[in-house]
Amino acid sequence: MRALLAPRTGGLLALAIVIALLPAVLPNNFYFNVAILVGLNAIVCVGLNLLIGYAGQISLGHAGFFGLGAYASALLTGSYGWPSLAALVVGAAAVGALAFLLARPILKLKGHYLAMGTLGMGVIISIVLNQEAGLTGGPDGMPVPAFEVWGWTAYGERTWYWIVGGTLLVTTWLALNLIESPIGRALRAIHGSEIAAEVIGVKTERFKTLVFVISAVLASVGGSMFAHYSGFITPSEAEFFHSIAFVTMVVLGGMASIFGSILGAAILTVLPQFLAVLHDYETLVLGAVMMSVMIFLPKGLLPSLAELLRRRSL
Amino acid sequence: MSSQFLQFLISGITVGATYALVGLGFSIVYNSSQVINFAQGEFVMIGGMATVFLMAAGAPMPLAIALAVLLAVVIGFALGKFAIEPARGAPVVSIIIITIGASIFLRGAAMLVWDRNLHHMPAFSGSDPIDIGGAALLPQSVWVVGGMVIIVAALQVFFSHARIGKAMLATAFNPLAAQLVGISTRGMLLLSFALAAGIGAIAGILIAPITLTYAGVGIMLGLKGFSAAIVGGLGNPMGAVAGGLVVGIAEAMTAGYISSAYKDAVAFLIILAVLLIRPSGLFGRRESERV
Repeated sequence: MRALLAPRTGGLLALAIVIALLPAVLPNNFYFNVAILVGLNAIVCVGLNLLIGYAGQISLGHAGFFGLGAYASALLTGSYGWPSLAALVVGAAAVGALAFLLARPILKLKGHYLAMGTLGMGVIISIVLNQEAGLTGGPDGMPVPAFEVWGWTAYGERTWYWIVGGTLLVTTWLALNLIESPIGRALRAIHGSEIAAEVIGVKTERFKTLVFVISAVLASVGGSMFAHYSGFITPSEAEFFHSIAFVTMVVLGGMASIFGSILGAAILTVLPQFLAVLHDYETLVLGAVMMSVMIFLPKGLLPSLAELLRRRSL
Repeated sequence: MSSQFLQFLISGITVGATYALVGLGFSIVYNSSQVINFAQGEFVMIGGMATVFLMAAGAPMPLAIALAVLLAVVIGFALGKFAIEPARGAPVVSIIIITIGASIFLRGAAMLVWDRNLHHMPAFSGSDPIDIGGAALLPQSVWVVGGMVIIVAALQVFFSHARIGKAMLATAFNPLAAQLVGISTRGMLLLSFALAAGIGAIAGILIAPITLTYAGVGIMLGLKGFSAAIVGGLGNPMGAVAGGLVVGIAEAMTAGYISSAYKDAVAFLIILAVLLIRPSGLFGRRESERV
C-alpha cells in the first residue's frame, strides 16, 4: 500500500490511468487538441523542473531549445527529406550538444545573472530563426511534413494523443527515477548550497551541465513533436514569452514536484483556451493569475495542496 | 569623422539614453529590494500611451505629461505594495514570475483601457532636423539626452544630499543595519518602485515622438534596459547609464554597418559577453556567496 502511495509507483500509475481514461470523456477533436498541447508542454516542463526545481538553476530561454527542435525537424524532413524519427533524434542531439557547450559558461552565473544569461540566449535563438528567412521562412513560419515511421504516418488528433501521452509517461518515469538516484540527490544538494555540495564532494559543474542538457533535449523533443503535430511552425515558438510560459507552468505547479509540472502545464494550457472567450480580457486575466498564485501559493499548487491534505489528516 | 558615423552615433546615443533611464529604474528597485522588476518596461509604455490619450482628450501637453508620470508613479507604488511586499522572502524565481505577471497584466490593462494601435506623439519642439557636420539631429534627440542628463544629475543630488535619498542608499548597502538606525526599509521599497516607475514613464514620453508608442512597446525596451543595468553592474545606477549608452551605440552601429536585422540581438550578445568575461558587470562589485 505504501509503495502505491509513493510518487514513483502510485503517481505514475495514476498518470497512466488518467491518460488511458481521458479519451473516454473528451467529446471532440477540439478537446483532444488541447490535451495534446497539455502533454507536449508537460514533457518540456518535466525537464525544466529538473533544472529549476531540483537543481535550483533558473532558465528563461528554454523556448529557444523548443524552437530549435521544432525547426530541426521541419528543415530536415521538409527541406532535406530525412525520415521523421532520424530528424527528431539528430535535432535533439544537436540541441543537447549546443546546451552542453553553453552550460559551462552560462551555469557559472547565479540568480538574476543566470536569468539574464539564459534570457539572452533564448532571445538570440529566436532572432536568428526570425531573420534567416531563406532557411526558416522568417516570421511567416514554415510547413512541416507529417510524422512518418517506416511507412506509417501519424495523422489526426487521436493518434497524436497516444503518441504524446506515451512520451509523457516515459518522460515522467525517467524523471522520477533520476531524482531518486544519486544524481537527484546531488542536484538537491546543489540547490541547497552549491559550495556545501562542492565541499562534500559533489562535482557541481558536471551535474548542473547534465541536467541542463537533459532539460534542453526534452524541450527539443517536445518542439519536434509539436512541429509534426501542428504541421506549421513560426519563430514565435522560440519567443521570450514562450520561455516565460514554460517557467510559469513549472512554478505554478510547484517547484521540485514532477506531477506539479504536469498540473501546471495542464492549467496554463487549458486556461487560455477558455479565456479566449473573454478575448479582450485574456492577457489581463493571465497576468493576474500568474501574480496571485505566486503571491498566495508561493510553493506552487501541488505542494501547497499536499500540505493542506497532510494537515487535514493529522 | 564621416557624417554617416556621426549619424549612427547620434541615433545610438538617443536610444541609449532611453535604455539608460530604464536601466536606472531596474537598478534603483534592485538596490532597495533585490528584486528585478520585469514590469519596468511597462512603465515606459504607460508614460507614452497615457500622454497620447490625455492629449487626445484635450489636455495640453505639459499637463498630459505630468498626469502620465503621476499615473505611472501610482501604479509603481501599487505594484510594490500589493504584489512585491506580500511576497517578500519568496524564492527569486517566484518573484521573477510575479513581476512578469505584473507586466502581462499591465499590458493587458493598457490594451483594454486604451487600444492595440500604434500612436504618434508630436515632438516637443518641432521636427526640423539640425545639421551637425552632415548628420541630422532631431530636436527630440536633444530632449531625450537632455532629459536623461537632468534626471541623472537630480538623482545624484537626491542620493547624496536628501535625507530620504541617503536612507535609500543605506537600505541598499545593508538593509538590516538601515532598519536598526530607524529607516523604514519597507517604505524604501515602495518609494523605489514609485521612483523607478516615474523615471520609466519619463523615458517613454521622451522617446515616443521618435519611435511611436503602443501597448507592447515596453517588452523590448524593458529587456534592453535590463541589459543596460546588467552591463553596468546590477545595482549601480551610474553603471546602468553607461551600460545603456554602450548598448544603444553598439546597436546603432550594428544596424548601420552590419545588418539592421540583427540589431536587436546586439544587446543580448553584449550581455552574454559581459556576463561571461566579468559576471558582475563592467562596474559592479564582485560578490562572494556566503555558505
